[in-house]
Amino acid sequence: MGGEITLGHYLVLSGALFLIGLAGVVLRRSLLVVMMSLELLLNAANLALVAVGRFQGIPDPQVAVFFVITVAAAEAALGLAILVAIFRIKKTTAADQMASLRF
Amino acid sequence: MEQFFFWILAAGLLISAVTVVAVRNPVTNAVCLVSTLVFQAALFITLEATFLAAVQVIVYAGAVMVLFLFVIMLLDVRVEVLGKFSWPKIAGVGLVLVLALVGLPKLSSAFPFAGEVLHWGRAKVPGTAQDLGHLLFSAYGPLFLTTGVLLLVATVGVVVLCRRDTEA
Repeated sequence: MGGEITLGHYLVLSGALFLIGLAGVVLRRSLLVVMMSLELLLNAANLALVAVGRFQGIPDPQVAVFFVITVAAAEAALGLAILVAIFRIKKTTAADQMASLRF
Repeated sequence: MEQFFFWILAAGLLISAVTVVAVRNPVTNAVCLVSTLVFQAALFITLEATFLAAVQVIVYAGAVMVLFLFVIMLLDVRVEVLGKFSWPKIAGVGLVLVLALVGLPKLSSAFPFAGEVLHWGRAKVPGTAQDLGHLLFSAYGPLFLTTGVLLLVATVGVVVLCRRDTEA
């Protein structure tokens, strides 16, 4: 089980979560899954913020996380609306099919 | 006690996060993302941020994920077709992962206060709704109001985006 749990443990966990999300953004083709991976990235940042705030004894990071959650909700709503609009035209959610602007 | 809960929750968080990225069925991805978010909420509780844990479950695991599931059902997305297997991509991701595995512990131990030990019940910041509310409506008041405008703009944007052309 190892020794005591420190701030470093939480930071490593947050970094690992960020990397998993990043792999999802880079490797997956479905835009839906890419958006889910983006949520993982935001959550990794949230975890690091809350952990640092807890160990440093400052409440401001928790307020920042509160705002991140709000903005993430708005981002998810807008992103999914764009996805639905694209799906009506292209009939697909695969990222590599969306190359209309490429010349 | 702290160790036990941390390792259990960390393992759950990482396993469900990997499932979100690795599985090809969108509904499975979404459900695993819900479990990731709930594990994250539990980790918030171990950090004594109780209000954020509640918000995480209600807003993220509740509202946002229902939105995702609605869109999955609406679009009738099939199981994703595998893309072309590109070696540079795989090699790049592998390289980053290896570098990260080596670098992450070192990087985080270089952080000031990184060695501080977690003891429950000794948090200097109680993360209750009352404490966050005080900050939110005093120091962060203008930001809070701006967030309201942001949500309004996002709502209007979504309605405009999803309107059919014939109605215009």
